[in-house]
Amino acid sequence: MKQFRNWILGAATAAITAGGSFSAQAVEIEYWQYFFEARITAMDQLIENFEAANPDITVKMTHFPYADYRTKVAAAIPAGQGPDVVQLFYGWLNDYVDANLIQPLPADQFPIDKIEAEFFPMVRAMKRGDNYMALPTAVRSLALFYNKRLFEKAGIDGPPATLEELVESAKKLAQKDGAGNLTTVGITTGMTAQDHHWFREGLIRQFGGEPYTNNYQTVNYNTDAGLAALKFYTDLEDIHEVTKVGFMDEPQAAFKAGRAGMHIDGSFRIGALDKVRGLKWGVAELPAAADGTKSNYSSYWVNAITTKATGEKYEAAVKFMAYITSDEAMQIWLDTVGELPAKPSAALTEANASNETFGPFIKGLEYAHTTIFANESGQRQIMVDMISRTDLEDQSLEDSLAAAAEAEQKLLDEYYQ
Amino acid sequence: MAFYKNLTISQKQIVWAWCFLAVPTVFYVTIRFYPTANAILVSFQDWNLLGTRTWTGIDNYVKLFNDPVFWKVFQNTFLYLIIGTPVSLVIAFVVAYHIDKVRFMHGTIRALYFVPFMTSAVAMAWVWRWFYQPVPIGVFNNFLASLGIAQIEFLNSTTNALPAILAPAVWAGLGFQIIIFMAGLRAIPQTYYEAARIDGVSPMATLWEITLPLLKPTIVFLVVFSSIGFLRIFDQVFNMTTNNPGGPLNSTKPLVLMIYDTAFNGFDMGYAAAQTVVLFLVLLVVSLLQLRILRDR
Amino acid sequence: MSTTDLSIKPSSEALLKNTGNVGVRPPRNYAQFIRWILLFGGGILMIMPIIYMLSTSFKFPFEVYNLNLIPEEPTLENYQLVLEDGRFFNWFTNSLVIAVLTTVSNVFFDSMVGYALCKFKFPGRYIVFIAILSTLMIPTEMLVIPWYLMSTKLGWLDTYWGIMFPGMMTAFGVFLMKQFFETVPDDFLEAARIDGLNEFQIWWTVAMPLVKPALAALAIFVFLGNWTAFIWPLIVTNSQELYTLPVGLTTFSVEQQVEWELIMTGAALSTLPTLIVFLIFQRFIIRGVVMAGLKG
Repeated sequence: MKQFRNWILGAATAAITAGGSFSAQAVEIEYWQYFFEARITAMDQLIENFEAANPDITVKMTHFPYADYRTKVAAAIPAGQGPDVVQLFYGWLNDYVDANLIQPLPADQFPIDKIEAEFFPMVRAMKRGDNYMALPTAVRSLALFYNKRLFEKAGIDGPPATLEELVESAKKLAQKDGAGNLTTVGITTGMTAQDHHWFREGLIRQFGGEPYTNNYQTVNYNTDAGLAALKFYTDLEDIHEVTKVGFMDEPQAAFKAGRAGMHIDGSFRIGALDKVRGLKWGVAELPAAADGTKSNYSSYWVNAITTKATGEKYEAAVKFMAYITSDEAMQIWLDTVGELPAKPSAALTEANASNETFGPFIKGLEYAHTTIFANESGQRQIMVDMISRTDLEDQSLEDSLAAAAEAEQKLLDEYYQ
Repeated sequence: MAFYKNLTISQKQIVWAWCFLAVPTVFYVTIRFYPTANAILVSFQDWNLLGTRTWTGIDNYVKLFNDPVFWKVFQNTFLYLIIGTPVSLVIAFVVAYHIDKVRFMHGTIRALYFVPFMTSAVAMAWVWRWFYQPVPIGVFNNFLASLGIAQIEFLNSTTNALPAILAPAVWAGLGFQIIIFMAGLRAIPQTYYEAARIDGVSPMATLWEITLPLLKPTIVFLVVFSSIGFLRIFDQVFNMTTNNPGGPLNSTKPLVLMIYDTAFNGFDMGYAAAQTVVLFLVLLVVSLLQLRILRDR
Repeated sequence: MSTTDLSIKPSSEALLKNTGNVGVRPPRNYAQFIRWILLFGGGILMIMPIIYMLSTSFKFPFEVYNLNLIPEEPTLENYQLVLEDGRFFNWFTNSLVIAVLTTVSNVFFDSMVGYALCKFKFPGRYIVFIAILSTLMIPTEMLVIPWYLMSTKLGWLDTYWGIMFPGMMTAFGVFLMKQFFETVPDDFLEAARIDGLNEFQIWWTVAMPLVKPALAALAIFVFLGNWTAFIWPLIVTNSQELYTLPVGLTTFSVEQQVEWELIMTGAALSTLPTLIVFLIFQRFIIRGVVMAGLKG
């Protein structure tokens, strides 16, 4: 009986839709992202603009706490309970594509050559065959934050341009108490935060190496360049004594509290630093190597259409995707969230590139690399352990680096087997 | 009804027992045993939560036994148990025994000990983490420094970190154990003590001959329950080592954290399930041994 | 029971007569005094971390990492921020409703099962007990996915029932109640049986009143357990309106950084109600214990 009633209802609905009735209900699509106040505000505005332009579509946004967003999405989407358009970290995309949970973006509206001409090259990792699977609104890179007050006090003119200058500045900035304990560090360190990215894509390349080969499936940093990079990094603490891993628990906390002269971090930190009273800070590009080589790391979150969206929901989702990857959406995202536009045309405008805060990040994008992670937290842990072994167990740099390379290769092999 | 009347007393007991157990049985089978069976099944499969499941036989178990991290984690898990259970039970008993004898501000003192149990593990883990920091921000190290004693690395050490993380776990659970001990102490009929006093038995002998034997159901419960708690320790470790989960160098990582990490960071559900099965067996064996040794049947 | 059996401990007696004004007499002798000082000092140490939590909740972000217990510039801004966010009351209500309902369910079912396992002799009793106990041995993290799939099929996602159902009974409660029913003498039950009560009535009217302190303890623990439950409520809810307090509070920690002063404020605000519940039950436990002590 119930089945019959459903059938009647279904048939009636189909008839109405097929008749092209103008009283038809607006299509509602669901969008998921993680909770971050500025991202919510920005997306609310994008949705408002989008709905104004497409009165027959409504977009419902749902957001979840960041810490468990990945788990939540992974539980919901395979169970068919997820959204129509979802925001994913670029590194997760593989798994979703392999499991057929993500639909390709239609090539007629998202042509490959146009995307490749318009977007920053790192976005190419999102291509599968003749289609793009997902696209970002914004991208991120690293830069050097510095405490202007501490610089002034130490009599340093400006942020360091090279790695040598970085060490020199850090030496002037570090302060110790009578017992020799650091009370202010010259530069924060700790692979747990952003430093593992700086090490992989920044330092190793700047010392002449290439961290991975074979499309990030083969570890390639157990080399002289890798060793030189590791030595530079650990010397900051061991030789120059300008920092301490885990100082004040978290690097960003030390910088926020005004107890760190320099700090390497992503653009997402800007909002939080803005809120700290009495902290005068500036941003500079990551220091270059002695030979002038610059290198940076970039990452991004992408938007993708799930296989749940079919029929008119799919059509609506495609329109929505087109809007949130437009130049207009990117500028709104930059102004509200502080994340950098994914297209040079939107990012490298005069105003953006000369912006005191965003400028260094945007310039960094030009020479940035994007690591393709198999398991980001697992691969980060290997870097953390590499430093811990030299720090706590007095292992030599060579051995620790070799052990890290071996462990990471094993992790990659298991993933790509 | 006539049928029921014809039953013997012991048969009636069986009928009543299952009447009492009917609804709970349905609950436990669907909500608990079925997912558990499911986890056992997944432990023989390869599954990343998103794609399809494929059978892999005992691959996950082979991988587990060849994984040095697993053996390190296994050892840590037992360290939490072997240090945590006796330390917390002895402290809890001593405190409960004495609070029981105190009248002045009795309720206030008991509340002081119980309040930590009601706090959120996340917030408290952060406070403790902060206490443990080196100078300039750590409370303990600042205290040591003011006495002119060298700093101690609490968390950034492969030897000190585990006890340092165990401390807040013991701290948070103490109030619970004290309350249970006190309820147990109060349930001992006062007449026994009266008799002992009349016979001139010493307080120590009273403790050993009367109090502890009569507390046995309470002790059994607390030993088994806290052992399960320490073998399943997670919140304190996870929240005190958020940046380097279970670190440094896996020196504080318990099995549940490894399971969590494998399942929700590595998305290797099969491997996580195999770890779960091992944890399950360990817990079962430990609990059965304890119940057997304490002969509670 | 003769009146001579009514040998209540002095402390309990004082409480029974004068519950509102606990033991106003100071300790009498030297040993008692030392004991009191040690216990009180230990108690103060026990709550130091909580005092730090409270102190942090009154600090501005720039002062969070300072060691001082009393904020240089105390502020109510954090409380304003948390409370002005209208969602807080929503989460609070959700947590309260869920914790209360699960507590009622646990007190009823756990004691029923505990009683059956303790007082009825039937084949397989030990097996049932161990089977129930064994459910404590699987970490929740591994059950979450099967529960989620189950909830999907049954349409329980994003509902109160969906959040509650896994916690309606706990092995912990069964074990606790079983241990406490051991202290109820079989003679009492036998007497009631002769008076013609059926087993259900015996459990409900004879045995249950005798284990009131244990029931109170169980109620507190179940309440707290559900009050702080995190991973399952997070997975099963989609809409913020249904978040529980711990899930809601995580929205104060965002990517790569945590706003500790807000977390501390939220934690302080969420500890308060459980503290009140405890203080109410605390008196109840004592009275119950005294009554249970009468059985002689």
